[in-house]
Amino acid sequence: MKKEALLSVRDLTVVFDTHHGTVRAVDGVSFDLAAGETLGLVGESGSGKTVSSLALMGLVPSPPGTVERGSALFEGRDLLALPARELRRVRGAKIAMIFQDPMTSLNPLLTVGRQLTEVLEVHLGTNRREARRVAAARLGGVGIPSPDERLDAYPHELSGGMRQRVMIAMALMCGPSVLFADEPTTALDVTIQAQILDLLRGLQEKEGMSIVMITHDLGVVAGMADRVHVMYAGRLVEAGPTRELFAQPAHPYTRGLLASVPRLAGDPNEALYAIPGQPPDLARLDAGCAYAPRCAFAVDGCGAAVPPLERTTEARLAACFELARVARGEESHA
Amino acid sequence: MSTPFLEVRDLCKVFPVGRAGLLGKPRAELRAVDGVSFTLERGESLGIVGESGCGKSTTARAIVGLHPATSGSIKLDGVELTTLDRRGWLPYRRKLQMIFQDPYGSLDPRQTVGSILAEPLAIHGLLKPRDRKLRTLALLDAVGLNPRHIHRYPHEFSGGQRQRIGIARALALEPELIVCDEPVSALDVSIQAQILNLLRDLQERFGIAFLFIAHDLAVVRHVCHRVAVMYLGRMVELASRDALFETPRHPYTQALLSAIPLADPVAEAERRRVVLKGDVPSPLDPPSGCAFHPRCPAYAAHRDELGERCTRDLPALGPAASENPVSGQQLREVACHWAADVHARRVAP
Repeated sequence: MKKEALLSVRDLTVVFDTHHGTVRAVDGVSFDLAAGETLGLVGESGSGKTVSSLALMGLVPSPPGTVERGSALFEGRDLLALPARELRRVRGAKIAMIFQDPMTSLNPLLTVGRQLTEVLEVHLGTNRREARRVAAARLGGVGIPSPDERLDAYPHELSGGMRQRVMIAMALMCGPSVLFADEPTTALDVTIQAQILDLLRGLQEKEGMSIVMITHDLGVVAGMADRVHVMYAGRLVEAGPTRELFAQPAHPYTRGLLASVPRLAGDPNEALYAIPGQPPDLARLDAGCAYAPRCAFAVDGCGAAVPPLERTTEARLAACFELARVARGEESHA
Repeated sequence: MSTPFLEVRDLCKVFPVGRAGLLGKPRAELRAVDGVSFTLERGESLGIVGESGCGKSTTARAIVGLHPATSGSIKLDGVELTTLDRRGWLPYRRKLQMIFQDPYGSLDPRQTVGSILAEPLAIHGLLKPRDRKLRTLALLDAVGLNPRHIHRYPHEFSGGQRQRIGIARALALEPELIVCDEPVSALDVSIQAQILNLLRDLQERFGIAFLFIAHDLAVVRHVCHRVAVMYLGRMVELASRDALFETPRHPYTQALLSAIPLADPVAEAERRRVVLKGDVPSPLDPPSGCAFHPRCPAYAAHRDELGERCTRDLPALGPAASENPVSGQQLREVACHWAADVHARRVAP
């Protein structure tokens, strides 16, 4: 099933200069995105999932951030090496992004219509009247009732769910082939989240774009993603097809994460599994595996070197020295 | 019947909005909480869930006295709290504590942890100053923090550790009731599990009653004995945990449960979902009759049978017909014309 990759990221490394020292927010991340697939990028705060996507879009604030190395091939060109002017042509047109908070990503001073038509005018040189027609059609396509009237509304006049629909409409204006969705439903209520996820699924089916779903919510990933990449402390620690990964997580962190989710099924009287300790301070990472201090399977060797991300089966990757023991469930006893 | 530990009757909280000028009359009123009633026993934990704007946090804040109720009664051990003045409140502050969502915003950044935890003891004149230090050390230990960090400031702790400080502060006065307002929603999953386990553990050890406000139903399922669901300022269903999660009665509860993404790709692919149409209506202009009817899948499907009841009559929260009269009455109240008199009906997905 080796499909031609639409977007091919290699060794992406992003560092930030902070007053605590240099922080490697993203460290050697590689992945391929196939046409039409949904890739879930999962991790907790500070794991580097958002910075990875910002780096690919050329949106890492600099200073303090720098893309130290890496490449991202898209349609034969390296996004990370493109001059700013050319990257602007790709960004928003062929690769689009939606964010967690639609209120702060929309311009409060411009009408919804102006913000939507601007995209077409800038990228495709469409005239205003035609752009307005397309914008209204797009708003209708994302489930906004009476779209013609809504074009003249300001963002504050819309509910959170409607604003996120506007964001999605804006992202899709030029018919992108890749959509980065960074926690697109985290700020929304659960019934509105269900609407937006339904909408994204439907749009993907219709338009055939690839989606990179960046989220901390394992439920959202389970329902949306074909494949999942798990990040911890700036690195990819596990990757694989969604069903396989959820059924048999290989990396101890993925195991811990899945076990700590409160569920609607199962015995609610049992205590939740809780990963001990705290995520590491990225400015003070030790030489070894960043997860080792919290890991139930860690041995002395784990602190010596960073485990490489290695292929475990044809479709799966994991970065752990003790995979065999983890698979058998043999925890280390201190 | 004995007096309930906490008894809330017909609680209403109205906020005036859109005042015309500084002293002008408000242009409208927002009924954030509208006729909420429930009881809570000692050592029991009740979850209140619902989406933003449903009034769950306002209910919590009215109970701890952070903003006064517009009408209705709140009794703790039979004592009416709504009519107490500042001095009268003082003894009840000891019994009734609160944990907030944002563990950073609710801790004074210029105080050390030690002084944050000792402050409530000083205000209430409890313990000698020397013993207060011992007590703060014990509190840190009880919530899983290193007592040696007593001289640190809030910014030196991670989010999860700050929430532990907030919990320790709430425990300082040995309260009988802790109101938790979204205590884990700002935390990462792995840390959230630690805090939920801690709260359960504390409840078992000290027999504290919890009023647990959350938007995440799966979280509530792990810490609460009973659960109430709110929609637009009203309770629509109140039931024991298992009854609510296994056989939700109110169409809104059913939709809410079916909207939660499950961390299980197989179950996600197979489940049939009730996706509600539209947004929550504005509480400034709530729909007539049952406020849920414009989005209600049961009303949409059974409009002929239900007639005008849903659009005209406000359904009261009342006991629902037991789904199994033989095995005994499940404790459940529901506010729905459609669900109250029928047995375990489900809205069609």
